Amino acid sequence: MSNLSRRKLITTGLAATAGASGLAVAANLAHRYGLIPPDHGGIYGAGETLTYGAQRLLTRHSLAREFPRSQISTKPVANGETPQDEAFKRLHAGGFTDWRLAIDGLVARPASFSLAELKSYPSRSQITHLACEEGWSFIAEWIGVPLSHVLTVVGILPKARYVVYSSMQRGWWDSVDMADALHPQTLLTYGMNGGELPVGHGGPLRLRVPRQLGYKNVKYINRLTVTDSLKGFGKGLGSASPEYGYAWYAGI
Amino acid sequence: MADPALVRSPADVFPAITNTARHTAFVRITHWITTLCFFALLVSGIEIVISHPRFYWGETGNVFTHALFQLPIPASRSSVLTGYGYVLPDQNGWSRYLHFQAAWIAVLTGLLYLGWGWLTRHFRKNLLPGRADVSRRALSIEIANHLRFKPPGEAEAWSYNALQRLTYLFVIFVLFPLVIWTGLAMSPAIASAFPAAVTVFGGQQSARTIHFFVSVFLLLFLLVHIVMIFLAGFRNRMRAMITGRAVKHMEHA
Repeated sequence: MSNLSRRKLITTGLAATAGASGLAVAANLAHRYGLIPPDHGGIYGAGETLTYGAQRLLTRHSLAREFPRSQISTKPVANGETPQDEAFKRLHAGGFTDWRLAIDGLVARPASFSLAELKSYPSRSQITHLACEEGWSFIAEWIGVPLSHVLTVVGILPKARYVVYSSMQRGWWDSVDMADALHPQTLLTYGMNGGELPVGHGGPLRLRVPRQLGYKNVKYINRLTVTDSLKGFGKGLGSASPEYGYAWYAGI
Repeated sequence: MADPALVRSPADVFPAITNTARHTAFVRITHWITTLCFFALLVSGIEIVISHPRFYWGETGNVFTHALFQLPIPASRSSVLTGYGYVLPDQNGWSRYLHFQAAWIAVLTGLLYLGWGWLTRHFRKNLLPGRADVSRRALSIEIANHLRFKPPGEAEAWSYNALQRLTYLFVIFVLFPLVIWTGLAMSPAIASAFPAAVTVFGGQQSARTIHFFVSVFLLLFLLVHIVMIFLAGFRNRMRAMITGRAVKHMEHA
């Protein structure tokens, strides 16, 4: 009897140790391969980590579907309000000639770019789906320079893990991991449906991340910061969205 | 020595009733985990739908396009015209977090259940109806009995009837996989990795519309399931699914 319970105790102990170390190894691996989202804490953290981790494993290099020109929505929905502050209105009135995109953080050559400079880089156009987390969607042609190209120009350092982007719209900022930042379809978008990007759709510059939902595609961006950690930004949850209760990762 | 009259077995006290094993622990645990997930998915799903109660067919759909139909409910966004003079508060943030967390728990539980059910031949033994029970005649009798709200016979305290078996199989192998699939088809990242999973439905908006209808069917199943439990004897059916044991009335056996 005492032998049996001792054996049981040893087996249980070994199983518990194996389980705990297994979890620790899994957590370590998941962290190293970037499978843990910044909003992994709290009661929904487990589900969020599973979603982000699983989608990263399945979709790291996948390309968003591109559609024929005939499928472009005739009336794209411009959701939300345009910035109402004087600084933005002045830039708008001046045709955004005084507007600049600043890039700093873990880059070899911090720089800022005018709209004309961004347009001088090789452009890419894509006809992709933009879906809002509410359920509606539209298809449009988006024209811009791949974020990866601009990141190459400034030279990202090997430690880089995220790119934080901030908007001229007060309170809006977000971030993507390097899988999305370096993805060929992630565009610093300045054109739409053959013309300029309308202010209602985020002009002068919107980050298009076509493998994520609308709210990740922040409008009016004017600053990019390359970083190895999101801890110093806002509440450390990766973007303004989790501070309003929305998930950082919007691939679903 | 004790008075023999005081030493009475439960069988003496309740001579007509015995207590018999009904559901295995695995079935009971997965059943209740799924129940909890179902309610979480239902509540959060309703909240998400409220933000845009319009449905479409094809790849795209929005307030500027033709809707297949619109639910006659108020919305949590002012962009949707509902005819109600007010806008409900936005609940999408936590609803989306909860929806996906509950979906993960439900899917992982479902996979364990499928593996277990296959290994223990649970599906073949307990859910696949006998050939004789699915003849047109047998099924018509079964359906007629259900429509007349005839209380189930004693045999149904330990075994499902054919209609019940077919319904459970349909829910487990058709509705649940379809609701998971159409849910995933709405994900832009999944659509990028597995485009055929979306195009087979005709587009992401079609997937959303089908997701809604499958959810309605699952909700109908739940409502009928609860009504049937009350008709069959709430205490005994709940006891069977909680403790695993059902009481058997010997005189009907």
